[in-house]
Amino acid sequence: MEFLSDIASLINSTLRISTPLVFAAMAGIFAERSGVIDFSLEGKMLMAAFVAAVGSYFLGNPWLGLLLAIIACVSLSMLHGFASVTYKGDQVVSCVAINILIIGLTTALAAAWFGQAGLTPTLNEDQRFLEVNLPFAESLRDIPIVGTIYSDILSGHYIFVYLAYLSVPLVFWVVFKTSFGLRLRAVGENPSAVDTAGINVFAMRYKALAINGVLIAFAGAHLSTAVNANFFREMSAGRGYLALAAMIFGKWHPKTALFACLLFGFTDALQIRLQGVELPAIGEIPVQLIQAIPYVLTVVLLAGFVGKAIAPNAIGQPYIKER
Amino acid sequence: MAPVDKSKVPWWVSNLIVPLVNLTLALLVSGLFIFIAGENPYEAVRLIIYGSFGYIEGFAYTLYYTTNFVFTGLAFAVAFHCRLFNIGGEGQAYIGGLGVFLVAINFSFLPVPIVWLLSIAGAVVFGAAWAFIPAYLQATRGSHVVITTIMFNFIAASLMVFLLVDVIRDTAQMGPHTVALPKEQWFPSFKDFAGLFGVKIRYSPLNISFLLAILASVFVWFLVWKTRWGYEMRAVGHNTQAAIYAGISPYKNIIIAMCISGGLAGLLGVNEILGVHHKIVAGFPAGYGFTGIAVALMGRNHPIGIFPAAFLFGILYQGGSEVTFDMPNITRYMFVAVQGVIILFSGALENLFRPQIESFFVNRLNMKASA
Repeated sequence: MEFLSDIASLINSTLRISTPLVFAAMAGIFAERSGVIDFSLEGKMLMAAFVAAVGSYFLGNPWLGLLLAIIACVSLSMLHGFASVTYKGDQVVSCVAINILIIGLTTALAAAWFGQAGLTPTLNEDQRFLEVNLPFAESLRDIPIVGTIYSDILSGHYIFVYLAYLSVPLVFWVVFKTSFGLRLRAVGENPSAVDTAGINVFAMRYKALAINGVLIAFAGAHLSTAVNANFFREMSAGRGYLALAAMIFGKWHPKTALFACLLFGFTDALQIRLQGVELPAIGEIPVQLIQAIPYVLTVVLLAGFVGKAIAPNAIGQPYIKER
Repeated sequence: MAPVDKSKVPWWVSNLIVPLVNLTLALLVSGLFIFIAGENPYEAVRLIIYGSFGYIEGFAYTLYYTTNFVFTGLAFAVAFHCRLFNIGGEGQAYIGGLGVFLVAINFSFLPVPIVWLLSIAGAVVFGAAWAFIPAYLQATRGSHVVITTIMFNFIAASLMVFLLVDVIRDTAQMGPHTVALPKEQWFPSFKDFAGLFGVKIRYSPLNISFLLAILASVFVWFLVWKTRWGYEMRAVGHNTQAAIYAGISPYKNIIIAMCISGGLAGLLGVNEILGVHHKIVAGFPAGYGFTGIAVALMGRNHPIGIFPAAFLFGILYQGGSEVTFDMPNITRYMFVAVQGVIILFSGALENLFRPQIESFFVNRLNMKASA
């Protein structure tokens, strides 16, 4: 029985840990499908975490914090678009600039406003999101298997966890079943053909980046107003890059990207579970090496040993309209 | 605005005026941040100038930071000429430091100058090796070098903390660092030199690695612009298809460019280990690797530009620590943000005012010529 509850708690934490990755990967799909590289997911996630925590602290409502985070992330996306779509600057350089800027700015402002440690104040119950218990979770707990799945795995997550997994079919529908999605993909594959058809390439890319900003804001708010009750320095800890790797590994497709995110989430849940555990034959693995597992996994997956990924054709190239 | 004919733009407009305008914009935005943080930007500028030039120890610190930024700036620039974004300077420098230390401690029976040379080689080899894997994966599997080098930064940090805690820690001490190298192996510092001339100064981290930075700049200039290999590498960077058509292997050039880049980043370990700490301290690269990106972009990826850009960041770092000392609301992270703004304006948004500035000067020169 202990084994079963171990498994249940592992799956439970996998779902929770994967949540920001799923939001970020979905955000990445919009930007990259439209032909704009987005390495700045990391910086935007961090910005959202900071703004959501600060906003919710001052306004006393986590939803208002989330709203501010969305505004901040969409603005950063617009900045990225301004540099790389309108001014045709290098997209990777623009992302690196945003990431470094946000790492510095969030910590610097947190330190300036709330003291040297660079932490924002701990949010109380009114200022943060709480776990959502699904109906009847308590009374169904004792039913074997079904009860475990429903009460211990599916119930009791933060709202963002449910939203993240709901966003996947939604993104799939938008990208693959609507005319907006068709145009979006076309802009990333062959912008000049789209331009010939009378669709504004620049406007499409800006729209894609705006959606990207909204989605990534949820990832950051999840980190600072749900799982944790404050913002701390570099709390995104590379998740933006992991999500991007998951998206590439998932071939820029929501469904496969979701599985890649869950794989990362599972590895992370496992590494937390493995810390300090004596393994048969190997003994205890040093904690620093265990913590490196998700990063090593990213490199291995990206190396395409499980299948080669093909990016949207026009990715990374600014569109230059002929006169 | 119609683009001007590039050949008519004088070199000093595109390489001097435009970068200076971009830098000014970046500094204005940075001033705004300092204002938001609740401090006076003018006062901050005064402190920066005093801290980096106002007294001899401060100026020595400025040059010490410059040394680090020259190494990491050159590292980014070399890879960039092959259109590779080596964001992994941080990790390569960390592992490079490991190379320095292992060589110095294991060959301590050799004469000191030879140990120095071998340690420098150790830094280059270890840094290059850490860059090799992302390079190999980029060249053969197409995995984007930005993500892999970032991951290798995280992996290097984990690996080094593991080594410093469990393997090479100085067991007599509590902190995660190694034993100190024998004193005769320490690089002569600026303090020693000043002492020779009877000038007494307090502690200074500036050491002869500064000369190594000058040598490295000359080396990069020669390598990238004066050798056949540099030409091949730039050809791959400019137009891979054309390079392949000319019989140049992108595979080989990607790997060599990344390894040289990693080796240069590794040299940061020489300055930090032989020159300053004399042992490996956890987290010694302290963000210098990332600053190298801003330095290289500001210096337009040329050693002649990188050296002044590194000096400017040296001023910003040393002056910045003066600011954090005097202004309670400013932490060193504010200057990380400033770097981001500088990368934004001198890298991604470098075309913001370029057409206007260029056509302004071209028109003026035309008017002069016709008058």
